[in-house]
This record gives sequence, C-alpha cells and structure tokens, in this order.
Amino acid sequence: MADLLKIGKHEFSSRLFIGTGKYKDFAAMKAAHQASGAQVVTVAVRRLDLKAQGEAAMLNWIDKSMALLPNTAGCYTAEEAVRTCQLARELSMGDMVKLEVLGDQKTLFPDVEETLKAARVLVKEGFTVLPYITDDPIACKKLEDAGCAAVMPLAAPIGSGLGIRNPYNIRIILETVKVPVIVDAGVGTASDAAIALELGCHGVLMNTAIAAAKDPVLMASAMKKAIEAGREAFLAGRMPRKLYGNASSPLDGMIG
Amino acid sequence: MTLTVNGQQEQFPDGLTVRGLLAHLGITAERVAVEVNLRVVKRAEHPELRLSDGDKIEVVTFVGGG
Repeated sequence: MADLLKIGKHEFSSRLFIGTGKYKDFAAMKAAHQASGAQVVTVAVRRLDLKAQGEAAMLNWIDKSMALLPNTAGCYTAEEAVRTCQLARELSMGDMVKLEVLGDQKTLFPDVEETLKAARVLVKEGFTVLPYITDDPIACKKLEDAGCAAVMPLAAPIGSGLGIRNPYNIRIILETVKVPVIVDAGVGTASDAAIALELGCHGVLMNTAIAAAKDPVLMASAMKKAIEAGREAFLAGRMPRKLYGNASSPLDGMIG
Repeated sequence: MTLTVNGQQEQFPDGLTVRGLLAHLGITAERVAVEVNLRVVKRAEHPELRLSDGDKIEVVTFVGGG
C-alpha cells in the first residue's frame, strides 16, 4: 500500500517540500528539484519589477507536476499575510499556502498571535493552511483547532542549518495534534531530515540546506534518501535504547 | 489620471481598465496578480474594472523563496 502524505484534500508520495530561493540560477534550481523528487515547492509573492521584462519567468522552471505552496515570507502582520495569500491564490490557482508571520527580523521567529489570527481568516476563506510556527505544542494545537491542514514547527531559525534543536518538543507536538507535522526551517544536512522523520514527523520543508550546499543537486538527492530512510525507520519501529551491552551472537556452544 | 503602481506614482490615460493598465505596462496577465486599493482583482474582472484617479495598485508575481 502506498505510504501517502495527506494534507487536507491533497496527497503526496514525497515527504520533502523544497524551496525556490537562493539558487545561483533557475537551471540549478530545476536540477535540484528533479534530484529531490519533491512534489511540493514553495514560492514567494513579490511586486513585479515593472522595468525588467521576463521577470515572471521563474514558473517556467518549475515542473508542472509540482504543487505550488506560496508563502507569506516577510509578512509581520496578519493583515499583510492574508493579502499575500489572496494574491497568491490568484497567481497559483491553488488553495495551499504556507502561512509565515514573522515577529522579529533577527531571529525570524514566528509571531504566534498574528499567525493564529491570519490562520482563522484564511481557513474561513477556503485556503489549505500550512503555518510555520514555533516548536510549541500549545501554539500547534491552537492552529489545528483553527482548522489548519498541517502544522510546521521550526527545527531551528530559518536559514540557520542548526538541525532539530528540541526533539522533545517535536515529540510532544506529534502527540498533541492529529494533523500532519512538517518540520519547516533550520534543517542543515541529511541526518537532520532523517531525525525529523524518525521522530514521526510527516515531512520536512527546506530551502537553504539544499540551495546553499556546495552541490545542491547532490544534497537534494541526499535529502530525498534521508527522508525515505527516516520514514522507513519510523514505520519499522526502532529497538529500545539500553544502557548495557546485549550480545548479538549466542552465548551457548562456545569452544572450551 | 494619477495611479500608484507598485509604490510608483505615474500618469496614465483616463478610463483604463485593469487589463488596459497591464497592456499599457507591457505585462502579460497570466502570471501576475493585481490588487486595487487593497482588494484582489480576479482575472475575470480585469477587462471590466475601470481604474480611477488616485487608485493604488499592486502587481505581483512569484519569485524564489522558501
């Protein structure tokens, strides 16, 4: 049976969500996307540069089979985020949005209050809302109650590459909410992604970890494998941790 | 009439529709979204919605992001 990730009415066989920022050019981005096997791709909404022609060309470099997940990056209020989502829906013709309302320019930590406020409006307007949020089980529960289709707690600050700073909080979030938990932001390398899936997270969203690697295509491939390995290890159920040694070979029949 | 497009105030011919404005700016409408005075204008409304002096317009598109 296929192991699908279900987010609202959407289904994906890949658990890796990939970004479109920070690549050296669109060709490099496309190659990384292909190597990642991702089926969901994040994009940002910005003013069109009225002086530059061909500015809107990025979409030509995104595989048509990929689902667009527009973000509200750079928004600091619920109002701005809602406006951005409404524009994004007009652009993508899809209903999925990555809701990101920031509270601080230095840490890029989310503003929980504004995120919740925006989530309530967006759910009412029919969006499939995936909110980026602190690794706080209470905030995640409130977002689930508001009707979000998933919650996306951060592993570490956006673009930091520090990995999962608080795996215990992530575990509590997994026990607290029923919607999919996607780790968003802070993943640095393949093992970070594997750990997220081993913990039981349903997916990982990343941009910089791939785009800022020396070889983004190779890192995209590594992330694909790490996420598959982490998911399989989670489903397999890991052995219990033990303090002392426990021989793997029989103790009987040793030579005398 | 004076319109503010993406933060820039400029003069435009009177009576332009949203579609007319995009054509005037040389923009193909498929991959942009338009907001007039904080309200998103659906693509189907582009040919009908007439702009007025002082309107504030945002023309946005998708760019790279995470």
